[in-house]
Amino acid sequence: MAAVPVACTQDRAPAPPTLAESRVRAAWLFLAPLVVLMVLVAGWPLCRTLWFSLTDADLKDLGAARFVGLDNYTGEFGVLRDPDWWRAVGNTLLFAGVSVAIETLLGLVVALVLDADFPGRSVVRAAVLVPWAIPTVVSAKMWAWMLNDQFGVINHVLMTTHLISQPLAWVADPSLALGSVIAVDVWKATPFMALLILAALQMLPTDCYEAARVDGIHPVTVFVRVTLPLIRPALMVAVIFRALDALRVFDLVYVLTSNSRDTMSMSIYARQQLVDFQQVGLGSAAATVLFGTVALCTALAITLGRVRLEGAAG
Amino acid sequence: MAEIRLRNVNKRFGGVQVINDVSLDIADGEFCVFVGPSGCGKSTLLRMVAGLEEITTGELDIGGKRVTRLPPSARGVAMVFQSYALYPHMTVYDNMAFGLQLARTGKPDIDARVRRAADILALGPLLQRLPKELSGGQRQRVAIGRAIVRSPGVFLFDEPLSNLDAALRVQTRIEIAKLHASLRASMIYVTHDQVEAMTLADRIVLLNAGEAMRRDGSIAQVGRPLDLYHRPANLFVAGFIGSPGMNVLPATLAGATPERAELVLRDGTRASARVDATTLPADATVTLGIRPEHVGLAPADGTSALAGRASHVEQLGEASYLYLETPARDGFLTVRQGGDTGVAPGDAVAVTLPEAHCHVFGPDGRAVPRHLTAGPTGRPGSAGVH
Amino acid sequence: MRRVLPRLGLYGLASLIVLYSVFPFYYAIVSSLKTGQQLFDPGLIPPQIQFDNYAAVLGQGVFLLDLFNSVVVAVVVVAVSLGVGVTAAYALGRVRFRGRKLLLLSVLGVSMFPQVAVLSGLFELIRALGLYNSLPGLMLAYLIFTLPFTVWVLTTFMRELPKELEEAAIMDGATPWVIVRRVFLPLLWPALVTTGLLAFIGAWNEFLYALTFTLSPEQRTVPVAIALLSGASQHELPWGPIMAASVVVTVPVVALVLVFQRRIVSGLTAGAVKG
Repeated sequence: MAAVPVACTQDRAPAPPTLAESRVRAAWLFLAPLVVLMVLVAGWPLCRTLWFSLTDADLKDLGAARFVGLDNYTGEFGVLRDPDWWRAVGNTLLFAGVSVAIETLLGLVVALVLDADFPGRSVVRAAVLVPWAIPTVVSAKMWAWMLNDQFGVINHVLMTTHLISQPLAWVADPSLALGSVIAVDVWKATPFMALLILAALQMLPTDCYEAARVDGIHPVTVFVRVTLPLIRPALMVAVIFRALDALRVFDLVYVLTSNSRDTMSMSIYARQQLVDFQQVGLGSAAATVLFGTVALCTALAITLGRVRLEGAAG
Repeated sequence: MAEIRLRNVNKRFGGVQVINDVSLDIADGEFCVFVGPSGCGKSTLLRMVAGLEEITTGELDIGGKRVTRLPPSARGVAMVFQSYALYPHMTVYDNMAFGLQLARTGKPDIDARVRRAADILALGPLLQRLPKELSGGQRQRVAIGRAIVRSPGVFLFDEPLSNLDAALRVQTRIEIAKLHASLRASMIYVTHDQVEAMTLADRIVLLNAGEAMRRDGSIAQVGRPLDLYHRPANLFVAGFIGSPGMNVLPATLAGATPERAELVLRDGTRASARVDATTLPADATVTLGIRPEHVGLAPADGTSALAGRASHVEQLGEASYLYLETPARDGFLTVRQGGDTGVAPGDAVAVTLPEAHCHVFGPDGRAVPRHLTAGPTGRPGSAGVH
Repeated sequence: MRRVLPRLGLYGLASLIVLYSVFPFYYAIVSSLKTGQQLFDPGLIPPQIQFDNYAAVLGQGVFLLDLFNSVVVAVVVVAVSLGVGVTAAYALGRVRFRGRKLLLLSVLGVSMFPQVAVLSGLFELIRALGLYNSLPGLMLAYLIFTLPFTVWVLTTFMRELPKELEEAAIMDGATPWVIVRRVFLPLLWPALVTTGLLAFIGAWNEFLYALTFTLSPEQRTVPVAIALLSGASQHELPWGPIMAASVVVTVPVVALVLVFQRRIVSGLTAGAVKG
């Protein structure tokens, strides 16, 4: 340094970074671990899954996979020509549609109750959190016990009140199984829905309600004309979140009804191919179709539902 | 040693011009106030000096050093924020010591500087408190203390009094003035309150907003407070400085000598002003401006006065404001009189417009040069209304 | 009368909600305290309180080991997620740079996508790293859902911190790292507790990866242990011990949730409403 004329170093020295430049540099440094981990556990495995779906990979020897084109999708034994797969698709869509619809309605009712001012409100709120806090596997087991055909409390109550004449096999009967799964999901997921709706309700301005009350407008009219439009965006977000969750349902169905064809979801189908039948290619193809479905739903929801990202991205 | 020099400084957010071509020299030790209507970019300009906003084009020197691209901490400036921005989890002591710790100042030195600042600001007993345990005025003083400990060449204040109540605001204003007198550092102070601007500033920089900023540049006028009061460069400055604002009356130029201009108001009243309007064409459409405190009440027999009718009267005790309806302008003509005038709403009132206090603005809104021979605070020589 | 009826309706509805929410868990507790033939009598109050089922479950050392596994996996995953998440959330929440929106969208995207979609790729990766049937393998896999969630929620909290506070630190000469560590982190403790708790619950409850990436009973987490608990014969599930195990697994989570109710609710809404 000493040998170089000062004026010269100043001329040649690159301009020091400005505040904004050094902040952007720091930002990328801060993001590096996240990006690396996300690529490692999400990006790379996703790409491999896509690749496996185009091969005849076998779980015992993934290295021996051979490229087979779209055979796993449209070939003779391809996913898209397997009636079991379409059955899983139907089950999943039915499950998602019905459970989310019921959860939305019930969630709205629970949220409205929680929004009302009465002593003991905090007890109700705490109680509502209980189903949400219970692990899915545990709630499935709890309900399986309650729904047990021989010793279950539900059959017992229905029998003693003469609502049914003989015990029902809630989980085993093909016509009842999916309904049972939906019932348990509704019990478990309604709190989530209710809490999101409640948060939206509590952010509403109170003055227009007071104005409506002074004007003597019927509460139901107020709800339909004022409340519902105002909480619509939050409601949409909650519905989308739940729907995406429902589309990938696995634990609940797996624990409650095992690999039964009557309730099999898309996730269960994919895992069964992959792990139980060791057909990684086929399972990956199923997983890829599920991924595509969910991605499409997300994209649709974000554009059609006008979910604003500005909250975090603006 | 900490003079500040801005050369052709511009700021654009995306395509939107926020600051237009500011060139300004602030002397070492000077107290400079940026003032202007909301949206004029006064805070942005301050933040550009601080280094929190990038300068889109132009250069900035502080203390003879080019700092345009340097980060804030390398500029030798300290800033006091509107919300104080104290670190909520640190004690008063740590709030003031934080910057010094980051600069790797020695512990004894930090301690000495913090204690000296605490002495200056009477924060001694509060050093171990958390910000949430302080009153608004105390928080304000900690924010100033945080700036003082670093002994910067330049202090930057961003509307520091706007979160205080009226009484505390006056008190803190005086403290800041005393602080400036004792520290002799350069200070730039942003405010929207012209009383703060007039009382604190060595020089005021009044900034344009909107269309005027895009057309004429950001700076409307730079000058000592009384310069802006007595010699506003244009109608915008005239209207912004002074409260209540200057009365403006549409007029036609009837005659001009280097000494005096003769004007005819809209209702035919003749008036004169001690200005040199010879550069304006005859019959030019001009504006006559006069501050409420300079409008005189005509004697009872006032034959040649401007006629009006009191629409509304406000009594402040030490002064009264009369709001007159007059055919010479739309809206009210405001008149400030000492004490109680005895005028009641509905009374006919005639006023005089002393020529020594009349401003004249040309068709483009620019002021015509005034003669202030009697001195800015001198008594008006003679009634200007004939 | 017109004022009393709606009140009664409200209380009726509220009681119904409480009953509906709590009854299954209550019934699980009751069942776990019954033994032998009592279990098959669906009474709502146990005739006598017996802890035989708990002794049976906890007596097998492997369930305690699984419980320990669950705790270790969840704690490590939460710690890593928070550590990586805090700095990432600062960058995403408070620095303007090109590609930020895209990055946020990918984070959101990953948190939405079905876990089964990466199952085969992840399986290969975990086996290649020699982590199959081990706790580190599960930890790695769990990052796929805890990390995006943590980053997303912390980003929304990060954005709520006052801008002038950061600028004051910049004027004081603080680098971004100092700002995160010494200015923001002390203010973010409540948010970290909330986010960490939610991520912990997510990891504690996870089932699909735990089922797929572990083999031996010693490496399982509790959800898998409960799901696979079986009795002497295939058709006769040991309901008493299952209920006891369920209660053991659930009580800590429910207790945590109830203690931190308000924080949990704010975390849930920060994660979702802002979406």
